[in-house]
Amino acid sequence: MYDVIVIGAGVAGCASARELSRYQVKACVLEKEEDVCCGTSKANSAIVHAGYDAAEGSLMAKLNVEGNEMMEALSKELDFPFKRCGSLVACLDEDELPGLKALYDRGVKNGVKGLEVITDQEAIRRLEPNLTDEVVAVLYAPTAGIVCPFNMNIAMAENANDNGVDFHFDTEVTEIRKIEGGWELVTNKGTFTTRYVVNAAGVHADKFHNMVSEKKIHITPRRGDYCLLDKKAGSHVSRTIFALPGKFGKGVLVTPTVHGNLLVGPTAIDIEDKESTATTREGLDELIGKAGMNVKNLPMRQVITSFAGLRAHEDGHEFIIGEVEGAEGFIDCAGIESPGLTSAPAIGKMVAQICRDKMDLKPDPNFQGKRKGILDPSTLSMEERNALIKENPAYGNIICRCEMVTEGEILDAIHRPLGARSLDGVKRRTRAGMGRCQAGFCSPRTMEILARECKLSMFEITKSGGSSKLVVGTNKDQI
Amino acid sequence: MEKRELICIGCPMGCPLTVELEEGQVMSVTGHTCKRGDVYARKEVTNPTRIVTSTVKVEGGNADMVSVKTKEDIPKGKIFDCVRALKDVTVKAPVHIGDVVLADVAGTGVDMVATKAVL
Amino acid sequence: MRSYDIVVIGGGPAGLAAAIAAKKEGVDSILVLERDKELGGILNQCIHNGFGLHTFKEELTGPEYAGRFIDQAKDLDIEYRLNTMVMEIGADKLVTAMNREEGLFQIQAGAIILAMGCRERSRGALNIPGYRPAGIYSAGTAQRLVNMEGFMPGREVVILGSGDIGLIMARRMTLEGAKVKVVAELMPYSGGLKRNIVQCLDDYGIPLKLSHTVVDIRGKERLEGITLAKVDGRGKPIPGTEEDYSCDTLLLSVGLIPENELSDGMGVQMNPVTSGPKVNERMETSIEGVFACGNVLHVHDLVDFVSEEAGAAGRNAARYIKGAVAAGSGHVVTLEPVQGVRYTVPCTIDPEKMDDTQIVRFRVGNVYKKCTIGVYFDDEQVISRKRPVVAPGEMEEIKLERAKLLQYPELKKITIKIEEA
Repeated sequence: MYDVIVIGAGVAGCASARELSRYQVKACVLEKEEDVCCGTSKANSAIVHAGYDAAEGSLMAKLNVEGNEMMEALSKELDFPFKRCGSLVACLDEDELPGLKALYDRGVKNGVKGLEVITDQEAIRRLEPNLTDEVVAVLYAPTAGIVCPFNMNIAMAENANDNGVDFHFDTEVTEIRKIEGGWELVTNKGTFTTRYVVNAAGVHADKFHNMVSEKKIHITPRRGDYCLLDKKAGSHVSRTIFALPGKFGKGVLVTPTVHGNLLVGPTAIDIEDKESTATTREGLDELIGKAGMNVKNLPMRQVITSFAGLRAHEDGHEFIIGEVEGAEGFIDCAGIESPGLTSAPAIGKMVAQICRDKMDLKPDPNFQGKRKGILDPSTLSMEERNALIKENPAYGNIICRCEMVTEGEILDAIHRPLGARSLDGVKRRTRAGMGRCQAGFCSPRTMEILARECKLSMFEITKSGGSSKLVVGTNKDQI
Repeated sequence: MEKRELICIGCPMGCPLTVELEEGQVMSVTGHTCKRGDVYARKEVTNPTRIVTSTVKVEGGNADMVSVKTKEDIPKGKIFDCVRALKDVTVKAPVHIGDVVLADVAGTGVDMVATKAVL
Repeated sequence: MRSYDIVVIGGGPAGLAAAIAAKKEGVDSILVLERDKELGGILNQCIHNGFGLHTFKEELTGPEYAGRFIDQAKDLDIEYRLNTMVMEIGADKLVTAMNREEGLFQIQAGAIILAMGCRERSRGALNIPGYRPAGIYSAGTAQRLVNMEGFMPGREVVILGSGDIGLIMARRMTLEGAKVKVVAELMPYSGGLKRNIVQCLDDYGIPLKLSHTVVDIRGKERLEGITLAKVDGRGKPIPGTEEDYSCDTLLLSVGLIPENELSDGMGVQMNPVTSGPKVNERMETSIEGVFACGNVLHVHDLVDFVSEEAGAAGRNAARYIKGAVAAGSGHVVTLEPVQGVRYTVPCTIDPEKMDDTQIVRFRVGNVYKKCTIGVYFDDEQVISRKRPVVAPGEMEEIKLERAKLLQYPELKKITIKIEEA
């Protein structure tokens, strides 16, 4: 019997697992997909919000500001890319200045530091020369930032695993039963028993909550379409540019990514299907239409891919974190929509503290909080790099030529704890296939490496687990 | 008189050809810019042929597959017979360009030859 | 630090032809850097026939065509490194490269020949909506899997884009046992050679749907189907024309992009139309002693022309090294593509420095029937060539004579245009 089972290996689940691993606790994470970071956590704006959006006094506001403050230290401790680049909210109309001021006021009340409303046109353009001429004022938030959502999520998972948390992939919880002293979780991979459950199931968290509680919650998957632009466009803006919601609608953000691309999005479309991450023509057209409102001359011809993510929007638009009334030992971590990524470090801490208090957990003296990420050889000097290649020639072999990812990095991604098992798994960890050719060149090579290293046949290699097979047979096998 | 419009596949120019036929006999070919076009047109309306290219497995070499082609063009109707005949062919390295991989493929009298060296 | 007179970036058809020509022109110190495990580049996976009619007067397959150049390069003792990625080139022609054996190393080049080829446009560039399942490949990736590794990417195939690789792959997949259901093309004309439509589609009864595109992709894990729709004159899908196809594979053959990250990095001036460097009559870029040829310069239909153009780049690089470039008077003529002509290679000509005959290659922006290619020296028409049809998928060329240009000492620009009747 486990002490704690976390449902969901997204960023909230993994943050919780990692914080729990500070204590002497037998814990595991159940994930229905083949890898961590396969749902909402992998397809979002990758923004570390400053914290002026959420309502004053809300849990969202509190955890956003806390998470933002924790991010820098955490990114160093767990070795994932984070950059405090700041953000601007662009106001396009003098009449809407009160709205901008209201954001400022709310931010100050939420405890956001350094906020500033700038109306001086020259000062605005000095900050961001590519804002459109229509921008009359901005709310500047120097504490906002950008992060690699994949490596943040993966880093937390790896570190949790290093500290003793088990991970079970391709394991989907279908039923939850109350048993004496805990819970029984029925999955496609057998039944798990545990004293406590943390429900961090993203868009599916309502399903599990509603299995144990009469007080129903309801989560709507709110789809957001995005376009990702080539690194050539990456310096078009140097901060995250938000649109002030107003008479032009909600607007979309334009932001550099921590790896140097430019990201435009998201739309916001409420849908029914909780697995429907298909982009739509209307969504992409809307993005392209709206993208130019705040930022001029956006090189939309340099789009290298588009994708959609689902936000887990709970009807009350608030994080639901805590033990469910009437279901002792069942802890919700639900409704984690934006600013969920920013808040994740604080969410993890809060969940772990709830468990600690309920279960009287003792700190684990062997906890090791530091994690070393996959080495990026491009950060090394020529001498260091040559020493590395001499020791391991795989670091001299470029596999992904767009992102200049070496075989050494891919081998590391496969063989480290909770290693990659699919093309997407390798991609999220190393960026191989994430560049301008979108894996056209490196796919066959990465597939070969995966097959060799995981001792699988090429027919077992998938894009993202399940039935996402990449090759289905050999030449002439059906003639 | 029957008239047939063709696109010459003799070279990348893709000349539009017109063939005039009388009871299956070619009366005239027009539209070609070189002799290849005339030859192609006459063949295409009477006995169309193609070069077939494919791959076969290779053992013990620096690659798992070797590319092959019919040494000359074969009747169009034999294309799939030809490919089928290659299904179970495995050659041993080293293979050189021009090596016969399968003689008289599908009874066409034409050999299948390697188009790449696998050492 | 090692140094070579000429460093060739890329050992595909362009790089090999350039290196061979440079060697024959009398330069011995040449190094070819190739990122793949063998020389020959993309030709190694183009196992179909149709190469070399122009160069060798016979029809060869891609590997055979490459083989002839590889043999020549080896016979000439041209030095090359395989599995070696060029990481960076400085404007001072300092090349930084990397491989497993030597690690990261630098080479000082006297001249550089850029011959990196091109890459395929991806789905993202088209903004095709829908899911992102397994089973969507660029045609070239599928070509590598099938032709070099012997793996079938899928059984039921739809191909978007009628570029030559797409057409060739329609036939290849069919011959290896897959069912190719349709080839869809966004434009009202095919981007590929006419003969490939005949021998790759018509021969196998594969329908070609012009003015169609993919508007939806279904399947969360593996591709299950796509939706095609007809598009209007501006390429926008027309509601009500949707047709569903079940398929497990979608191949994209939607264009090639010269791979110029290294050229960009060294500050070579680019032509936004071709996405390749701007070059003069000697295939020299805006940086002296840096030459470009093949698909990195502009995307070709025929490798024969790549070899020819690369030969010119190689010869001129050799002359540059030997100090044998004719002294010019500084009189540079600009080539101006207008009226249906999208670009020219080269962009400028110095009549003093050009060869006796200069081939100017260009592409048109649309299909023109019964038209005339007009060439003007300033305002005077000097060439008028009637053409039954010109199309964007087929590269055009005109020849300019040095003797003729020298008769126009005041000439400022040469205009090339399409004139419709």
